[in-house]
Amino acid sequence: MTSQDVHFYQVGSFAVGNRLLEQEERTVQAQVDRTNSIDSGHRACQGCGEALGARYALDAAMRATNGQIVAVNATGCLEVFSTPYPETSWRIPWLHSLFGNAPAVATGVAAALRAKGIEDVRVVAQAGDGGTVDIGFGCLSGMFERNDDVLFICYDNEGYMNTGVQRSAATPPAARTATTKAVGAEPGNTFGQGKDLPRIAMAHNIPYVATATVADLHDLERKVERAMEFHGARYLHVLVPCPLGWGSASNETIHIARLAKESGLFPVFEAEDGVVRSVSPIRRRVPVEEYLKLQRRFAHLFGPHPRLDVIARIQSMADANIERYGLVSPESLEESS
Amino acid sequence: MLRQIEGSRAIAETVALCRPEVVCAYPISPQTHIIEAVGELVKAGTLTPCEFINVESEFAAMSVAIGASATGARAYTATSSQGLLFMMEAVYNAAGLGLPIVMTLANRAIGAPINIWNDHSDAMAVRDSGWIQLFAESNQEAADLHVQAFRLAEELSIPVMVCVDGFILTHAVEGVDLLEQSFVDAFLPPYEPRQVLDTNAPVSIGAMVGPEAFEEVRYLAHLRQLDALERIPEIAQEFFEASGRDSGGLVRPYRTDDAEVIVVAMGSVLGTLKDAVDLRRDLGERVGVLGVTSFRPFPSEAIRDALKHARQVVVIEKAFSIGAGGVLSSDIAIAMHREETLLRTVVAGLGGRAITRRSLEKVLDDASDNELAPLTFLDLDHDAVDRERARMQATRRSGPSAENLLRDRGTVSQKADA
Repeated sequence: MTSQDVHFYQVGSFAVGNRLLEQEERTVQAQVDRTNSIDSGHRACQGCGEALGARYALDAAMRATNGQIVAVNATGCLEVFSTPYPETSWRIPWLHSLFGNAPAVATGVAAALRAKGIEDVRVVAQAGDGGTVDIGFGCLSGMFERNDDVLFICYDNEGYMNTGVQRSAATPPAARTATTKAVGAEPGNTFGQGKDLPRIAMAHNIPYVATATVADLHDLERKVERAMEFHGARYLHVLVPCPLGWGSASNETIHIARLAKESGLFPVFEAEDGVVRSVSPIRRRVPVEEYLKLQRRFAHLFGPHPRLDVIARIQSMADANIERYGLVSPESLEESS
Repeated sequence: MLRQIEGSRAIAETVALCRPEVVCAYPISPQTHIIEAVGELVKAGTLTPCEFINVESEFAAMSVAIGASATGARAYTATSSQGLLFMMEAVYNAAGLGLPIVMTLANRAIGAPINIWNDHSDAMAVRDSGWIQLFAESNQEAADLHVQAFRLAEELSIPVMVCVDGFILTHAVEGVDLLEQSFVDAFLPPYEPRQVLDTNAPVSIGAMVGPEAFEEVRYLAHLRQLDALERIPEIAQEFFEASGRDSGGLVRPYRTDDAEVIVVAMGSVLGTLKDAVDLRRDLGERVGVLGVTSFRPFPSEAIRDALKHARQVVVIEKAFSIGAGGVLSSDIAIAMHREETLLRTVVAGLGGRAITRRSLEKVLDDASDNELAPLTFLDLDHDAVDRERARMQATRRSGPSAENLLRDRGTVSQKADA
């Protein structure tokens, strides 16, 4: 019988695999009695970060509420790939109304439950970044401001992927999309634009705001469970790489999400009552090139005439995040190690 | 009990008697007094259990109502004009989802130029949305229609819009006999949804439907509206038998039996029209009025029947399709399909211009003399229009027409300039 040493840091993330954990510490997904909020057979692309994120988030919410979840969904990839009638992947009560109104519809669901004296059923609203930071923003800010009892989850794949990869206010600078083509003197999306929605959410002083990525699903589940401990408006912003829109290999989704966090481009933290309470420190800091070069949407920055100036600007964004959130701790490993 | 009460207050108190569980609203004139009063009743604990939600836009108001209704709650909101247009996407969505939301529409013109006064442009803009649209003639009918609206909406799973002339009715104080709670409780059974978000029986609501079934889905919505054509008069009759009040129904003929000229209209102008017709009847002229209470579903048969002996039909409309003509008139023409009847459209009361009895009598005179043009704009200042047309021809940068027209008219600001 051959034996093999377990590489504790084999994925380069300090993440501990389920098999090394005690049963009760394992992920919700690893439990045999978990729910299937989104069942198999849906039409998401191979390697879809959103399908993965939604599955983990909703099953965690189901566990936290003993199966008492109603979901409201904005128009978008998640809605389209999960439910062309008469088929549906949803094993929970699920309502799709429009692109821009999911937060308000969720407010209505929560209000109806309250009026009917139903206290155990909780409401989760979900949307992509377009339905959150752009077209749904007015309704979302209203829902936050009223502190309605809704957990809103944004699955951020940084663009309008369902309609064919157009730019949203969550698209990063320099990224090529169908409406910010990689042409001209400054190819890709413009610098100095976009919304930082987790910080905007915090400015509403709602009880709980957190970010997560699909690279650390244990962390995502924990944050959903934490969110369900609060009443009032809660916001969870999950980075979900999109192989189609980002031009990345479908088996690189987790890796790319991890690099977004490890480069500092996507800070992972949680905040309560408008104050950051904890951050996920960068374990093995990487330069932004490591993240960018795996995605064809940034291909115009590399090649025979690399745009080192543009890459430097993106690096400075990552550096600013690292400073703002204190993402590099003494425990962080150097890039070379 | 008969009370001297503002129309908005009468509507609000009647809505409260219907025990809505979720009320969501965004203020817009002239709807404001309605939602203020409902909010007060909720805050005071008179209407309970009820969640009153101050939302950030009309789009959110209808969206909250959608979420509440899909969760099995009786949901109500109110709006006007720009607000209706801002929520239009959700208005269509509520009908498509078959959610029996009741909404008061305090009818108001649509800008630009911005104008807060009454006409029917807002209601006409959503006539194809799948909502039932009922027009109130008086504040008594406006109040009563809301009880019937909830009953109708929930029976048929169709949202209902009660259209009430902004300011003319909403802000008018007159005697209204408000219903008793026991009456409304007996008339309006608890809401039993056809589809509901229930963790014990999960369903997916609002998913995509392709070409293979979309037409059938739409046709079913049409059939449900045709069902409403049956139920609207039945519910009105039941209401009449229980309350003794003749409110609602499809159409309201007035002295039409032997009428050669019949004037058709919707809403509060019917009162003035009836006065004008009474005067003409005293002079021996055979004129009558047909009020259309149900605009959607459109009661083609009832209208055809009421107009079948008329030599001339004059439709007075507080809205029109720019570049085409009358909206109600088009529906009436299709309903009548009679070549031998002269059909005339009079656009009147746009942006709150008063429709006086004197002007209506002129319309009746012209109709009797066969001098009414196919499309007439009541009390239109043709000289003012001609002057502005000339200005536009003479100067490229002629400026905003609305401002020019008011300057010509001699407004205070112009006098200050001079």
